[in-house]
Amino acid sequence: MPNTGDWVLIHSQTLKKEERAPQVPADTKEVPLEMWVKGELLEPAEIGDAVTVKTLTGRLETGKLIEVNPVYRHSFGEFVPELVTVSRELRQLLGGEPHE
Amino acid sequence: MSNNSYEAVMARRDAIMRASVGIDYSTFNTGSIGFDYEQMMKETSYPMDEMRRIQSSVGVGSTPIIELKNLTALARKYAPAGKGARIFIKDEAANASGSFKDRRASIAVYHAKKLGYKGVIAATSGNYGAAVASQAAKYGLDCIIVQECYDSNAKGQPEIIEKARKCEALGAEVVQLSVGPELFYKFLLLLEETGYFNASLYSPYGIAGVETLGYEIAEQFKEEVGKLPDMVVCTNAGGGNLTGTARGLHQAGAHDVQIVAASVDLSGLHMASDKDFNRKSFTTGHTGFGVPFTSWPDRSDVPRSAARPLRYMDRYVTVSQGEVFYITEALATLEGLEKGPAGNTSLAAAFSLASELDKDQIILVQETEYTGAGKMSQPQLSFARENGIALKFGDPRTEVPGESVILPENPSLIKAVDLDLMKLRRSLVKNALKLVDTNEVSEIDLAYLAEETRLQVADVKKLIAEISG
Repeated sequence: MPNTGDWVLIHSQTLKKEERAPQVPADTKEVPLEMWVKGELLEPAEIGDAVTVKTLTGRLETGKLIEVNPVYRHSFGEFVPELVTVSRELRQLLGGEPHE
Repeated sequence: MSNNSYEAVMARRDAIMRASVGIDYSTFNTGSIGFDYEQMMKETSYPMDEMRRIQSSVGVGSTPIIELKNLTALARKYAPAGKGARIFIKDEAANASGSFKDRRASIAVYHAKKLGYKGVIAATSGNYGAAVASQAAKYGLDCIIVQECYDSNAKGQPEIIEKARKCEALGAEVVQLSVGPELFYKFLLLLEETGYFNASLYSPYGIAGVETLGYEIAEQFKEEVGKLPDMVVCTNAGGGNLTGTARGLHQAGAHDVQIVAASVDLSGLHMASDKDFNRKSFTTGHTGFGVPFTSWPDRSDVPRSAARPLRYMDRYVTVSQGEVFYITEALATLEGLEKGPAGNTSLAAAFSLASELDKDQIILVQETEYTGAGKMSQPQLSFARENGIALKFGDPRTEVPGESVILPENPSLIKAVDLDLMKLRRSLVKNALKLVDTNEVSEIDLAYLAEETRLQVADVKKLIAEISG
């Protein structure tokens, strides 16, 4: 169970869709303005609970607890073979011999 | 408790800004449209020597220039006889946090520290976040970075997620939002809540900090190459990169260098659209920022932007997403320099523009940026594929932003496309006329608009008559 002091990620709605700025395009107006922020959990809770966290700058933010010890999941992506083609062709254009 | 509705917070905007930037912009107003730009820059920033001292003490500036001999040789294969300028690059990725944005952050954060602010906040999904976080770390200030990062399915742009990671690695708090211009609303609330300094990209500090880049270019080329570059190409989004570089060149006496803006063509995609957000492969350096900020700089997060690129650009060209990814690969495989794609926008343009210049002329690409997971060709292209964007070889001119990314079939197909500067000037004047009735435009305003557009007063008058007629 997520405990007091755990480093967590929370999610909340900053503006409901009817509260959004007048200038936003139609598709964006159909969805709320959402926020994700990380901080220290102030009381034991379960994933999905409404919680308050203390952020790095000491601010308090409230929202739904979605992850404990949040992971960076961005990566080097799936392999893109076209990039190998570009590299090989460019080297050949500058006089590199194609490998047998 | 104060009213925190969108309308109420926006209505407090001027007061929040005054407290958080420490500049009363209204003192620089001259007419009902115009303001004294040079006076603002003079009174609110630092002299060149002092900025260079500030920057060198925190690992910013004095980045190397590198001649790209292999790329030059490649460009010459396709250039007319006698054409194909020498291409150089200034390796700004060598700055403390990996981009030229460190120059902007170093002056802004130094100033915040000097004024006694406890922390700094910046609204940015770009490299500027890492730059502010890095400088805040050096000066022991708190730092909050506010990013537009996810669409309504909580799917984030890999490039922006990487920047969030970097900001957090440098000790900053990162507040991530879904798509929409109300990022500015949250930004204002945070400024109000914390009392921190607004390290805006568009404050005089944020722009003056880039002047050292232009100044260094002139110094380095005179010393290391023996002559100034004939053309400098700047990736253009909010206009600060180009404005600061041009101003720095001028301060070094380099008045004849041609300044070219370059942006990735994202026409057809709406920047505030939830659906379009993840259909683009570039999150900065594109026309979605470049064109509106050039034709009206004062749409930024400060009342008067210090980035006023139309005052300095001699040309404005666009390149396609596929062309930039291709040239990013070329820079890696032919020059041994692996850099982030967005910063290579100007390189794609320069590769094409080199064929217009003589062989003994010099064209400089004035930045590179760091690269890493999420922020390189492979993750950005595989993300595009995941989102249903077609990736193929062909003629880049057939690329449709949001539908396809076309890698050039061969390097001869890389072609910078000129935008009509006159159209941008007209658009700036039109935007200015939204502020006042035509009959209220004073002589001072006319002179101001002439400076903004680099036109004669008579031409501005003609434009005004056309627009209001």
